Amino acid sequence: MENTNKRYWKGIEELKNDISVVKNADKEFNLEGLEGGTYRRDFLKMLGFGVAAVSLAACNAPVRHTIPYLNKPEDIEPGIPNYYASTFAQAGSYCSILVKTREGRPVKIEGNKMSGVTKGGVNAQVHASLLSLYDNERLKEPTKGGKKIAWAELDKEVSEALASSSNIRLVSNTILSPSTKSVIADFASKYPSAKHITYDSNSASALIEANGTSFGKAAIPSYLFNKANVIVGINCDFLGTWLSPIEHAAQWAETRRLSSAKGGKKTMSRHYQFETGMSMTGANADYRGMFKPSQEGAFVANLYNRIAGIMGVGSQLSVANGDFENIDKCAKDLVAAKGASLVVSGSNDVAVQTIINGINSLLGNLGNTIDFGTTVNYKQGNDATMNQFVVELKSGAVDSVIFLDSNPVYDHLLGADIAEGLKKVKLSVAIADRANETASLCTYLALNTHYLESWGDASPKAGYYSLTQPVISNIFNSRQGESSLLTWAGKYSDYQAYVKNVWNSGILNGKTWTQALHDGVYESPNTALAGASFSGNLAEAASKVSSVKSSGIELYVFENVTIGTGIQANNPWLQETPDPVSKVTWENTAAFSQKTAADLGLEVGDWVNLTIGAKTVELPILIQPGQANDTVTVAMGYGRTAAGKAGNVGVAMLPLLKGAATASNLWVGGVKIEKTKSGYTLAQTQTHETYMGREAVVQESVLSEYVKNSKAGRFEPMIATSDGFKKPYSISLWNGHEKKNHSWGMVIDLNTCTGCAACVVSCQAENNVSVVGKAEVARAREMHWIRIDRYYSSDAPEEEGYSVAGYKAMETASANPEVVFQPLMCQHCSNAPCETVCPVLATTHSSEGLNQMTYNRCVGTRYCANNCPYKVRRFNWFKYFENDNFDFHFNNELGRMVINPDVTVRSRGVIEKCSMCVQRIQAGKLTAKKEKRRPVDGEIETACSQSCPTNAITFGDMLDPESRVSKLLIQEEEGRRFQLLEEINVIPQVNYLVKIRNKDGVKKAEAVAHTDHAEHAVH
Amino acid sequence: MSVVSPIREHLVTGGKTYHDVTEDICRHVEAKPTKEWKIAFAISVLVLLYGGGWVLWTWWEGLGVWGLNKTVGWAWDITNFVWWVGIGHAGTLISAILLLFRQKWRTSINRAAEAMTIFAVLCAASFILMHMGRPWLAYWALPLPNTFGSLWVNFNSPLVWDVFAISTYFSVSCLFWFIGLIPDLATIRDRATGFRKTIYGALSLGWTGGARTWARYEDVSLILAGLSTPLVLSVHTIVSFDFATSVIPGWHTTIFPPYFVAGAIFSGFAMVQNLMLVTRVVYKLEDYITLEHISLMNKIITLTGSIVGVAYITEFFIAAYSGVEYEKYAFINRATGPLWWSYFGMMFCNVMSPQLFWFKKLRENIVVSFVIAVVVNIGMWFERFVIIVTSLHRDYLPSSWTYFTPRMGDIGDYLFSFGFFFTCFFLFSKFLPVINMAEVKAVLKSSSEKKSNH
Repeated sequence: MENTNKRYWKGIEELKNDISVVKNADKEFNLEGLEGGTYRRDFLKMLGFGVAAVSLAACNAPVRHTIPYLNKPEDIEPGIPNYYASTFAQAGSYCSILVKTREGRPVKIEGNKMSGVTKGGVNAQVHASLLSLYDNERLKEPTKGGKKIAWAELDKEVSEALASSSNIRLVSNTILSPSTKSVIADFASKYPSAKHITYDSNSASALIEANGTSFGKAAIPSYLFNKANVIVGINCDFLGTWLSPIEHAAQWAETRRLSSAKGGKKTMSRHYQFETGMSMTGANADYRGMFKPSQEGAFVANLYNRIAGIMGVGSQLSVANGDFENIDKCAKDLVAAKGASLVVSGSNDVAVQTIINGINSLLGNLGNTIDFGTTVNYKQGNDATMNQFVVELKSGAVDSVIFLDSNPVYDHLLGADIAEGLKKVKLSVAIADRANETASLCTYLALNTHYLESWGDASPKAGYYSLTQPVISNIFNSRQGESSLLTWAGKYSDYQAYVKNVWNSGILNGKTWTQALHDGVYESPNTALAGASFSGNLAEAASKVSSVKSSGIELYVFENVTIGTGIQANNPWLQETPDPVSKVTWENTAAFSQKTAADLGLEVGDWVNLTIGAKTVELPILIQPGQANDTVTVAMGYGRTAAGKAGNVGVAMLPLLKGAATASNLWVGGVKIEKTKSGYTLAQTQTHETYMGREAVVQESVLSEYVKNSKAGRFEPMIATSDGFKKPYSISLWNGHEKKNHSWGMVIDLNTCTGCAACVVSCQAENNVSVVGKAEVARAREMHWIRIDRYYSSDAPEEEGYSVAGYKAMETASANPEVVFQPLMCQHCSNAPCETVCPVLATTHSSEGLNQMTYNRCVGTRYCANNCPYKVRRFNWFKYFENDNFDFHFNNELGRMVINPDVTVRSRGVIEKCSMCVQRIQAGKLTAKKEKRRPVDGEIETACSQSCPTNAITFGDMLDPESRVSKLLIQEEEGRRFQLLEEINVIPQVNYLVKIRNKDGVKKAEAVAHTDHAEHAVH
Repeated sequence: MSVVSPIREHLVTGGKTYHDVTEDICRHVEAKPTKEWKIAFAISVLVLLYGGGWVLWTWWEGLGVWGLNKTVGWAWDITNFVWWVGIGHAGTLISAILLLFRQKWRTSINRAAEAMTIFAVLCAASFILMHMGRPWLAYWALPLPNTFGSLWVNFNSPLVWDVFAISTYFSVSCLFWFIGLIPDLATIRDRATGFRKTIYGALSLGWTGGARTWARYEDVSLILAGLSTPLVLSVHTIVSFDFATSVIPGWHTTIFPPYFVAGAIFSGFAMVQNLMLVTRVVYKLEDYITLEHISLMNKIITLTGSIVGVAYITEFFIAAYSGVEYEKYAFINRATGPLWWSYFGMMFCNVMSPQLFWFKKLRENIVVSFVIAVVVNIGMWFERFVIIVTSLHRDYLPSSWTYFTPRMGDIGDYLFSFGFFFTCFFLFSKFLPVINMAEVKAVLKSSSEKKSNH
């Protein structure tokens, strides 16, 4: 460097040795002007920017990711649903179904029309089972002692324990599946000490036993209600819960359908019902009688005696002659319809069922309406073996027990004993979906799948088979019970292959597995009816029934239509579906007749203690017209303690019955009733009981009148004008709406609607209807788009004038009323009162006759709801999704997977209502358009019409002359067709058909009122 | 300019001079607030805050905090709305119709009555907003040009008519009131100093008091009175259309327009009576609001009360005469159904209680007048409740019949409107002249009691 003469300057300043250069010689960069420190203005600027930036970031709408398919599955088109045939089989309940999936997610259950058993019908519980799939309270992992355990470890420990066990029991409810039974057989062959115990919460054990002794066939036959001209149900809710309600309802409806066309069918069956409480089936009966549970046997024996007396055959049973409402008439009709009548009883008392068998045998019904050629498998529980199991369990003789998808601690009468006995076993395993009452007492919980995640099959009746296939992969770390059993039995656990093998080897005959899986069913029915000859011991049965002693008020426990035995208690859809008869939601009640309530000093809103011995339960009361006096009826299936947030409501009744001699028949006498508190509001969706004689609302008549005049019962109002009286529709201020292409409409047959509420749940699933909970239902704010109005008849004469007392009297239902069910959804008025009053045009008329609701235009004045004469509009009082105050399925991510992507979830503050499933109409029209054709009738179905087991709701295009709706309307034009509130000229698109009861004459209200009053005086 | 019969009672007593009038009225504007005023104002503000809390909660949570249900879609909300609109009517009636009829006695009370109108209409408007499920979209009810395509309001809907009626009414009332205030504001301006002078100066819009200004003032008053007069009739007529054009038995009634207008005037006068009796005592304005005024107001209350009474009975007659099943039941249910007590309350308060005023002694008794005015306002609230709730809760299909039970949200939101109303009224009474000085001075010559020693 020294040698170098050259110097380089950074600039002229350095050359000049400027003072600033010298000063900053040691600094590489001159930052003086930049490093000025923070000034106040800058600080404020930064602060302002910072706050603004942070708050803007905070204001951002939450980002929701939709993840596209990287590799699109071959059979999934986003936006287009796939349907898979499957089977609902739960504790003996059976339904063949189609599962609608969207992008691999099941969103709706519909009926499978290919099934010869359920024929496309679905009931409320089956519809709601979809939501149970997305139940956030199902366990996520298998557990041991409540702690998570890996499957491999669980399998190892359970297999080891089983290998060292000497007395194994496998406890389940009725199993319809041939494959599951084969698995159990495999399991038993590995562990020879294993015994399979089957029980049913609401048992038909006595029926099977009685059939064994009476006919030598210990099985349940098929009941052919469609072949019966006289049907008698005795404490038997065959339309709602008994054996195969979907099937029975369709058969029953077949006998109730009428036609007003020339030469049309003008005959119908006559339905008698004798029971303790008012069941849904009883509500549909033509004639109804009541008895106390202790009189059940006496009633049946008396009926036998009367029939035998009229027929002049057989010897009279030695029972006290009792008088029951309508019993003589019933006997006479039964005899007249010999061979085409049917008497069924839901009793779990062998003696009663034996006499019933005697009656049916006497009437020649066996082989006609009762078919032993095709026996049914719905109830296989055996009370004796189950009781024996409990004894063994308590004594410690059983060392290992596996509960296969069953919960006897809750739903068996001896639940408490089982809970106690479980402490003594070495190994206890529950194959369950949650830590329910039984599983929580077991060491191991082998997490079971939901049936929509499982393979399986079912054989509801001899010769009828159907398949279950998974429609979604396992949501949690679960494994279906059959696979678990196979694993423990040391077999290969691919259950799909197992089922396929069972079917290919033993079931399928001439049909391929793929075809069977596609159809969902395989049927090779035995078409020949088979009877049986009666050889039961009637004398012994008679002596048994006459020895029944009881005193005081009798408690009768029944299975209701919505919650059933409580398996699906944690299902908000089911809990919020009103009971078809009482219209109560979210809890069970103690039902008393008006007279008994008055005798006990009970009023609406009271709570009572029901005490039997040392056991007491507290329940709100329900005053139930049609309830037998001196009885109290309470539904089972409630009062669960480990079902989940939605399910742990109401009171469990089985523990109260436990120990009573008559407990297995679900009743007990000598109940002490004590009022505890008052002023309670039941969560009822309907609080007014009678229809106040408003014939424009409910139109009904009796068969004898209808045969003479097909317009019997029609109410045809006339409007007074200056030109005389005119029909309401002939004068109008309205211009009307042009319907060029379609006019969607409905016909609802009041004769075949049983009130079963299948449509209510179907609609709820299809249209994302919110669940609002008990408190809000009590405030009359349920959101259902379709409701089933239930009216009781009143004894009071119809008030035409101005009498205050007359109107008051009409509000009181009869002690044994006639009942009408009337499904009501938006009537889609052609002159809609709601449309004119909306200030913002949020509700308008479509060119296809629909009254449309535009949610995002609605500002929520509720004027439309006020002005709706049918009160079908529902307001979103709160935000019902993602709201902790409404902690149901809309409040968790899993639960929201049930949402139908085709239907908007409504925000708070807007009105909603039935759209006649406009999304289905649009989809159907689109399909037809793509194929360059008109939509075919039946191709488009609303959720309600699709699911109705009795086809009471017919939907279609009224402009299409070939549609079923058009044909029905033409057929009933001069007959039963009517529209609600004709005189206000709103011209609904929904039509009803007059309800016809198969009764003798017109029930003159005045005359009845007279005699009833006299009766009351006698009481 | 007008002749007052010598047998008429004097409208101003105590031998007031022009200066006395100015002093008596301005004193309250200029002096420090009194203790009574402070207490009353504090209570109003507290009620406003409490009610405001409930209003915010209603907006946050949704209308579920009210007691409404699937059948009864309107209850306290629209009852309160109609009630407040009705109260407002008296102000317009006094200032417009009585001006046209040259009723000089109106001069002492018109200012406060007009202020009451404005505040009452604001309260009513608050319920229009509150009753909406999505109040932040309330502007959709206005026919504004929008980017939603061709979306427009539904001109068939009585609610849209309501929007026009109420907004027109509010604008005209505001204008009328403010124009009437200008001469008095100028008087205060002329007496004030400093900051207050600036404020009142700005508000008095350069009023000079010249003859030409007065002439224009008179003309504008007359024109606005002419504009307001049809509003007195139209606003409540249109409000009644909300019900009359519907299909619900008990609502679907052609008698509603006159019946609602009479009811509105009835309740409005009762409210004016209440406010004036308090102001009179607190501000010692006995010489301006005389027993004659009170007595005249009571006569109108009795008249309009009897008109609504006749309307109630006519409704029953028509229901019976119509032969319509639902109509008949709606009225029987009204009087004897589960909500019979509200019907009884209405009949007792509105029809029976004002009949006491047939007696001169009671008519001129301040305490009785005050109590009856309160009772009348309660009765008129019940009237709207009866019409709305008893008609809705049991209409066509008995399956949907329900009952209505109010919840805290209903009560809180109603309290809010009271808090708002009285807060506004107390602010008005402190900062603005409660009596129209200029107009009182105009009647002083013709209708003032002379000082005895004069």
